[in-house]
Amino acid sequence: MSTPMILRESRTSTTYSDQLLENAKSVGCSPPSTAPGDTDPGTWDKIKNHPCFSEEAHHYFARMHVAVAPACNIQCNYCNRKYDCANESRPGVASEKLTPDQATRKVIAVANEVPQLSVLGIAGPGDACYDWKKTRATIERVAREIPDIRLCISTNGLALPDHVDELAEMNVDHVTITINMVDPSVGAKIYPWIYYGHRRHTGLDAARILHERQMLGLEMLAERGILTKVNSVMIPGVNDEHLIEVNRAVKGRGAFLHNVMPLISNRIHGTYYGLTGQRGPKAFELRALQDRLEGTKMMRHCRQCRADAIGLLGDDRGQEFTLAEIPHEITYDASKRRAYSQLVARERADQLAAKNEAIRTVMSVEYGGSVLIAVATKGGGRINEHFGHAKEFQVYAVSQSGIKLTGHRRVEQYCLGGWGEDATLDHIVNALEGIDILLCVKIGDRPRKLLIQAGVRATDAYAHEYIETALGALYTAECGIEPLAATATA
Amino acid sequence: MAFKIIASQCTQCGACEFECPRGAVNFKGEKYVIDPTKCNECKGGFDTQQCASVCPVSKTCVPA
Repeated sequence: MSTPMILRESRTSTTYSDQLLENAKSVGCSPPSTAPGDTDPGTWDKIKNHPCFSEEAHHYFARMHVAVAPACNIQCNYCNRKYDCANESRPGVASEKLTPDQATRKVIAVANEVPQLSVLGIAGPGDACYDWKKTRATIERVAREIPDIRLCISTNGLALPDHVDELAEMNVDHVTITINMVDPSVGAKIYPWIYYGHRRHTGLDAARILHERQMLGLEMLAERGILTKVNSVMIPGVNDEHLIEVNRAVKGRGAFLHNVMPLISNRIHGTYYGLTGQRGPKAFELRALQDRLEGTKMMRHCRQCRADAIGLLGDDRGQEFTLAEIPHEITYDASKRRAYSQLVARERADQLAAKNEAIRTVMSVEYGGSVLIAVATKGGGRINEHFGHAKEFQVYAVSQSGIKLTGHRRVEQYCLGGWGEDATLDHIVNALEGIDILLCVKIGDRPRKLLIQAGVRATDAYAHEYIETALGALYTAECGIEPLAATATA
Repeated sequence: MAFKIIASQCTQCGACEFECPRGAVNFKGEKYVIDPTKCNECKGGFDTQQCASVCPVSKTCVPA
């Protein structure tokens, strides 16, 4: 394996960046990046540094959302537009709305500090296509300053067909449409009204218009080769079974990726669903539905992020970059991002080889069940986070059919400033329900014992290894086979 | 006759500003306000007031 030193570190300190740069200088030309098995080279080129469109990329690359588009043209029963909370991580929430100028300065400030930054997205907090002038101005300004940044928007689709040509002209090559139904009678239970053609529509009429516009928008994007992800909110009893039909409809119209997300519903959010007690799906219900849609490309690594999120998907750094701290005059400095992308080009070829080898290893096991393994990582595709510092654990299902990321479990950090809170620890143990093994860099005796009592075996034996390498070795060990022997016979 | 915006309920999304056919809505100081000399409650143009039709919070764009 090549030098993994840099990616083991995660926080962007001066030392980290300096190290990065040093390392990059010693590198000659980077090898061509290899596309994982099932992706054609042209598509791979588009998704290889987009953390939302490629699970593999999400280990390395970060996105940022700028909240320039607060206006929206529809009302969803899971959204309350008045609600805002700095600690709340979910779509449609943002702490400060920005003008296109402010947003441009913010993107430059982040690009100068966060080497992983690869994508600028506009995800509201309203609708990017409806609040079009601000979306357009922001994209144009940022693209002028940082020509190699990938551009991305997300939309409810109602105003999308009006702007597809402009999106193509502006090189926006990734679009996400939230599509929760293809049957207006289902839609009428999700959308109380839409604003279209200078008037408010309600009921079936509203849902029918929205559906037609969404399908038209999706087809127009596909015709122009713009990669489209479809987000669907899974609402038990409303559209859960129906999402199978949605999946078929959107794939048939050229959607690249389907992301089924759980409804977030809580009385304190003041949403219609929250106030009426509509529940969200349980983790196993979500997974069961996602499994039924297998066979089409599914997104399993979504973190349902805020409209002003910044950083790797599992580690929101949005609050480090508030407008008040960004200078009025700021110049883009490409050095950190350039150095990082050179480094990643080398590292990920190595990771891919390790991953393929690990998958071969688990598939060579003659018999064995499925093991659910939680991993503490802060990026780079490695087990490189301490148990107590983790804000989430990525969950992998390992079986003879391969290694699959199935989701993540979000937790509060247990260890802050060297000591841990018991209440927090209880919460983490609960969050890890159903997990067989937990992998991290380090874990204290107390949490380890509590986890054992809950049926979770935690180990630091694979610290700093590639995630898949560790999973392969563990799985074969679980099945009573020596990892090396299994590899040799593969 | 004109409409007004109840500032305490307004989310400041700005949709009314660009939907208003008379350019009567502007962001002034800390809030959106409707200029009563420009607003004609969309009479003659639309069946319903555009600001109230697009506003995400009910009873926020109301007759002054």
